[in-house]
Amino acid sequence: MPIAHPTSLTEVYDALDDLPDAHLLAGGTDFMVEVNFGHRCPTSIVCLRRVDELQGYSITDDEVVLGAGTTWTEVENDLVDVLPALAAAARTVGSPQMRNAGTVGGNVGTASPAGDGLPVLAAMDATVVLARREGIREVPLLDFITGVKRTSIEPGEVIWQIKVPRLDGPQEFLKVGTRNAMVISIVCCALIMDRVGRTVRLGLGSVSPRPLRATDAEAFAAEAMDWEALSAPPDAIARFGELAQQAATPISDQRGTADYRAHAVGVIAARALERSVAA
Amino acid sequence: MSQQPSDALHDPTTSDGGLGISDYPTPHTDRQSTVDYALTVNGREMTVTDAWIGESLLYALRERLGLPGSKNACEQGECGSCSALLDGRLVATCCVLAADAVGSDIRTVEGLASEGELTDVQRAFVEQGAVQCGFCIPGMVVAIHDLLDRNVRATELELREAISGNLCRCTGYGRIFAAFRQAQEGRINAGA
Repeated sequence: MPIAHPTSLTEVYDALDDLPDAHLLAGGTDFMVEVNFGHRCPTSIVCLRRVDELQGYSITDDEVVLGAGTTWTEVENDLVDVLPALAAAARTVGSPQMRNAGTVGGNVGTASPAGDGLPVLAAMDATVVLARREGIREVPLLDFITGVKRTSIEPGEVIWQIKVPRLDGPQEFLKVGTRNAMVISIVCCALIMDRVGRTVRLGLGSVSPRPLRATDAEAFAAEAMDWEALSAPPDAIARFGELAQQAATPISDQRGTADYRAHAVGVIAARALERSVAA
Repeated sequence: MSQQPSDALHDPTTSDGGLGISDYPTPHTDRQSTVDYALTVNGREMTVTDAWIGESLLYALRERLGLPGSKNACEQGECGSCSALLDGRLVATCCVLAADAVGSDIRTVEGLASEGELTDVQRAFVEQGAVQCGFCIPGMVVAIHDLLDRNVRATELELREAISGNLCRCTGYGRIFAAFRQAQEGRINAGA
């Protein structure tokens, strides 16, 4: 049989020994669209949704460890208090039907430039935990994603967990699309503040082949902030938007033009900072 | 997605599924990638044999198991007309791999009521005139069942969110909301 339904990581390794070229299937919400449209023709598949170790999440004082099979519905409903920006992003993923099936691990593994969770995970300095029979390795998200729908996953490996540090400070996620529901983002951004470390992190989505950190904008904002009052002057907020725009390297496609994307990402980055300091 | 969905995608007689890609493999004639499996649909075990591994649950339901209630429109999870419940969770069956649905409890629109009967939600749709062309209605009915079963006191905002993945191109949402309210009031009055 060219398909396997493992229920444990050990069974996943066994399945990948038998089917080394198999596609690793999580929720299927991206994969099945490509298959339905004939863009992809799988010959063997390892289905991951029954794998016990991939289910659920755990929360400690320092971090949230998301099993790769954690669905967007779970993030949206359960993690609002601990990971507010990721929960906000989860609410914008597709429709209830997509969020019930689609997973965080699938989002990372698919590595779409428009993946809604990715700018948040990038801004949070999330780590991808990869498992194989010989052991595990941890890779920073932005090292794991190497290009458009490309990752550094190796044969025999499976995404096991996504580790997300918990940070004290305001968090925002903003997304531009044609509707309030069921849209692939034209641009999106996540702004994460770390009040303790006094850093501002800005992750941008759909404006480059990979999710992006706007590091010039981040350094500028960290300097311009009044950290005691958690405020920033209006001209600094405007400048932050300009720097975010400069970091973007968007393309034109059916969802929007490069010019529009560059403009819009500056607007939403500035708005995210404005909301964060007003909170 | 600029590509338009087409039945030709599943046409085993064309090597490229009608997409005009000359080097695209021929899925249905590749014996390596066919599978046999059983699905539990509306409480009945149903067998699928010699199926291409990449077939969606929607395709299996409609074309192999004779259950055309789940509708096929977008094939990309956008329209919700193929909505069904997989282990009690609302999903778009076009985005579920059929061969991954083995062992799961699949409940389609055909399985909501007994043969020849209507559920409270279906009756409310009829009585409120909520059906225009009807294409989205099976998905709408399944999604509203899911919402009322989870949260009988859902607000209008929660209803809008719950059916945000179900498109009615007749834009008949007003009557659909009215049908929801009728079914909701019925359940609350019955002590839900």
